[in-house]
Amino acid sequence: MKTAYKQLQRHLLLLVTVLALGACSTAPVMQSDEVIEPSFPADRVLDNDVAYLSDEISDPWEGFNRSMYRFNYRFDKYLFLPVVNGYKFITPDFLEQGIHNFFLNLEDITTFFNSILQLNATKTVQTTGRFLVNTTVGLLGFIDVASRLDMPKHDEDFGQTLGHWGAGNGPYLVLPFLGPSNVRDGIGLGVDWVVYTEVINQLDMKDSEEWALSIMKAIDTRANVAFRYYETGTPFEYDWVKLLYTTKRKMDIEK
Amino acid sequence: MQRYLGFFLAAIWLSTGWASADAYDYPIANKFLATVVGTPPEYRADLPKKIPLKTRSIEIFEDREVPEALWYDKKLRYAEALQKGPAPLVFLIAGTGAAYNGGKNTNMARAFYQAGFHVVSISSPTYMNFIVAANSTGVPGHAIQDAEDIYRVMERIWDRLKDKIEVTDFYVTGYSLGGFNTAFVTLLDETKQTFNFRKALLINPPVSLYNSISLLDRMLENIPGGVDNFPQFYNRLVEQVTRAYKKTDTVDIGEEFLYQAFEAVNPDTEELAALIGVSFRISSANMAYTSDLMTNFGYIKPKNVIMTKNSSPGNYEKVAHRLGFTDFYHVYFYPYQHEKNPALTRNELIADMSLYSIEDYLRSAEKIEVMHNQDDIILAPGEIDFFPRVFGDRATIYPRGGHCGNMDFRDNVTHMVDVFSK
Repeated sequence: MKTAYKQLQRHLLLLVTVLALGACSTAPVMQSDEVIEPSFPADRVLDNDVAYLSDEISDPWEGFNRSMYRFNYRFDKYLFLPVVNGYKFITPDFLEQGIHNFFLNLEDITTFFNSILQLNATKTVQTTGRFLVNTTVGLLGFIDVASRLDMPKHDEDFGQTLGHWGAGNGPYLVLPFLGPSNVRDGIGLGVDWVVYTEVINQLDMKDSEEWALSIMKAIDTRANVAFRYYETGTPFEYDWVKLLYTTKRKMDIEK
Repeated sequence: MQRYLGFFLAAIWLSTGWASADAYDYPIANKFLATVVGTPPEYRADLPKKIPLKTRSIEIFEDREVPEALWYDKKLRYAEALQKGPAPLVFLIAGTGAAYNGGKNTNMARAFYQAGFHVVSISSPTYMNFIVAANSTGVPGHAIQDAEDIYRVMERIWDRLKDKIEVTDFYVTGYSLGGFNTAFVTLLDETKQTFNFRKALLINPPVSLYNSISLLDRMLENIPGGVDNFPQFYNRLVEQVTRAYKKTDTVDIGEEFLYQAFEAVNPDTEELAALIGVSFRISSANMAYTSDLMTNFGYIKPKNVIMTKNSSPGNYEKVAHRLGFTDFYHVYFYPYQHEKNPALTRNELIADMSLYSIEDYLRSAEKIEVMHNQDDIILAPGEIDFFPRVFGDRATIYPRGGHCGNMDFRDNVTHMVDVFSK
């Protein structure tokens, strides 16, 4: 398994490098030296003393991020969504829900470790309770018994843990396949992944089984996100996603 | 219209005016609240959650060259839900800036599909994808041209469907600007006769486009401290919603949570009006900037600057959100139309973009019915009287609901379906 993951890492690194090198500039193309003034030029409409929401989020790698955003759209459209739709088509609804519950239950492993790291006894105890109930009575998590018993559900990850202890967002970052993130949450994803992988390794599964599990997890995650690239009806979609992602993460950290 | 504001805009209802004496028991008395919140779940019509509503896409203009920055939008997306056997077909037209798969169109699709109709749902001609893929000029907002563009789309979709399904009669409806479009589409159908609509229903249409856009632009003034303070307004709302979020036992930001959050935030009337203003401002920014890219008019973006796939809109985005519908009207829309027709005055254009301009037709068109609200916020004082005066008993004016807030209310859903079923 280790070699397989290393291979994956190498491929990812290669992809990121290629995209970074190929990332074009975010500047528009000027057709002549002198700009023909539009009806509402920015220097007349905008006020230097006024703060704009879009300036609140640091995005120094916008060129790379925008290229990656388009890459993710293509990956989504031509590979990921067709697979996800096929999965949804052939899987009966109850089974789909069961599989979703199963992965949500596995995510409680991440929530458990991060609740400890945030020194939050309530969340740690409640998450432990959920995990134990769902893994046993809930048949490895396929049935979400804990929610039926009104046991509170939490969602903590290492990005939130860093935020909890005062780390800022860092620059905005669009990750390959995974979408919007930032430096803090990107590091968080890496740490959570290592911990999760270590736990899964304890199960002594075969390589092929671990791969199957990872792929199923990815499909299940995408099947439960309604977002579709370039279908929000705004020419400013990249910026809206950045703002809403950042806002949502801020709320998650506070919760 | 609530799409972008997502989790912080949607939701709550107050217990104001809960029980009322008259038979119409839509529960929200505050017209701004009704507009933002819509219908509380327990008051909604009972509609099937899942219907076979499928997204399709179609190329309307084969030879159209789409600007590089809008490379992904060459095809028009729409949705269809088809019955197995012969059935009537209803076209749904979305409101300002809204998509074929927005909440209101989707709920109407559910209602009509359940009642046995084939359903075809189309985005507003002011929606980005429509402007890019289906607007003949790239400049939306013209009553007659928009109707022609919509009609062309309907014909092209029907071309695809006619060998697949059997249709007994055609119907058309739309809400807000889509209701206004419906009137002009029905008029166009009288001459084109592709569909010979048996009935048309206008839901909360504006009377004069110019009056309505002026009202909507002004709502932004309700942001405390004015539009310059938008970041503070946004951040304060997020703080309030976060407080509600922390209290819940769930990690989903779903509809149920939104209602709880709205109840906790409990915005006052000014804040609600500000939210409505923000929502329409987002629509206007999207529309104006998209159109500017399509025609290279030089409204926000300088004419000799080309936006690439990777270009950041940067300051153009900020400017776009600083300009309202009326700026678009006076500085882009009128000059554009004036160049085509030099005799056209500003006031004539304003008069043309209203239901007054086709009043005689509307008075005689027995097939057209209207569903409206006495307290609709997009109408200027007295404009609501246009409907009973022109349509007589073909217009139903509900006492409450704000702008489209009661569209999911069970009485209104029953009414909608009844108009086409009787």
